[in-house]
Amino acid sequence: MNKLPVGILAIQGGYEAHAKVLCSLNTPFLYVTLPTHLYKTSALIIPGGESTTLLKFITENGLFEAIINFKQQGHPIFGTCAGAVLMAHTVKNPDQPALQLMDIVIERNAYGRQLASCIKFGKFIPNQEEMEMVFIRAPKIKAINKTVEILAQYDEEIVCVKQANCIAATFHPELSISSPLHIYFLSLI
Amino acid sequence: MSTNNEQWRVKVGLAEMLKGGVIMDVVNAEQAEIAQEAGACAVMALERVPADIRKQGGVARTSSPKIIKEIMEAVSIPVMAKARIGHFVEAQILQELGVDFVDESEVLTPADEENHIYKHDFRVPFVCGCRNLSEALRRIAEGAAMIRTKGEAGTGNVVEAVRHMRSIVSEMRKISTLRKDELPVEAKKLGVSLPLLEWIAEHGKLPVPNFSAGGIATPADAALMRQLGAEAVFVGSGIFKSSDPRKRAKAIVLATTHFNDPQAILEASFDLGEAMPGIDIRELTAAAMFQNRDE
Repeated sequence: MNKLPVGILAIQGGYEAHAKVLCSLNTPFLYVTLPTHLYKTSALIIPGGESTTLLKFITENGLFEAIINFKQQGHPIFGTCAGAVLMAHTVKNPDQPALQLMDIVIERNAYGRQLASCIKFGKFIPNQEEMEMVFIRAPKIKAINKTVEILAQYDEEIVCVKQANCIAATFHPELSISSPLHIYFLSLI
Repeated sequence: MSTNNEQWRVKVGLAEMLKGGVIMDVVNAEQAEIAQEAGACAVMALERVPADIRKQGGVARTSSPKIIKEIMEAVSIPVMAKARIGHFVEAQILQELGVDFVDESEVLTPADEENHIYKHDFRVPFVCGCRNLSEALRRIAEGAAMIRTKGEAGTGNVVEAVRHMRSIVSEMRKISTLRKDELPVEAKKLGVSLPLLEWIAEHGKLPVPNFSAGGIATPADAALMRQLGAEAVFVGSGIFKSSDPRKRAKAIVLATTHFNDPQAILEASFDLGEAMPGIDIRELTAAAMFQNRDE
């Protein structure tokens, strides 16, 4: 099968770590910094980093609308940490615009600053296996719509969700050695 | 080197999330807001920018906690702050304050001319400067979760940043060509731990993100450092000592992301006003160079 590569938004942040995971899964990838790059991909990963920086770039270079169209065309999109913030319907702390790809309300830096960063374990609900979760200045998913499916929870908090062709995680699966979430995401393509 | 413990991994994890970005020096909350608005991925809080430290002389210490706190409240991006080399109590204060990263920096006046801070003792991650692989690996052994090549801060002259980045990248390339049985003597020569050097030999890169600092004043400077191997850049005096900080900050952010796209760098370079006045490195004495303050 001759599939297009998976795009990784490479403006700023954890794009290399995602690339490393895709390499380990023998999946070709393409760094996306402009709308023209997006048309050469089959799916998109929006990595962690600073959502203010990412938002500024995509708003000014046309990727904002291009990503929304990309989702509407049915391509899967996977956001981690700041990526999940960008995919939300509503962003708090502080309020900021978002792509509104998923019906979730998300709060930035909700655990606190870097000193609250940590590694936890939780169940990946689709296969019931234990999954490592690296939280770095992580956001929290504060509310979800009924059509949003929960993929992982930790300590009562919803930390990973799926709606249609979109997945959002508040942690960094790309910083763990094995990544069931990447495999799950690739299965949507 | 223990790379598996949770504390180390979340420290390096934050450094990883700053890749591809620009970390800007700021001295107050207003500058921090300008930096965030321009797309900075983090800000570095300090008392005076390096160009002023150079000009005014005297002892440069960590910033006032009050100003750092104001900066932390003004922006949502990570806030870093500088501590003097070896001044572990300044670092303890910064950790207590809750900053996201501490820069044990040669730009401040060293508090210890022999020892650096033992950074593994801290929960807050540290970044340290280096001129070469030997310095980088000693800082990592002490617990630095991010390395930045030193350059020469406050000069607006990129030549030292280039020298240090080329040095560390070419040394790593050389190490990766050595046989296993040649590494122990190389480790001895460099004054670094053998396990760390073996890691370099196997991977050809540092085990922590490698950023560039010291003298970056234009979008082209930032892109140059990235093409030479820097994974992100620190810009100090270059922004707030220029004639139009807002515009220049934004242009440097653009050029850092699109570092391989000359057309984008060209576009970012238009109509920026005056860059900061620069200093010819050859006019500085060895004693006046911040980079010589530790090794």
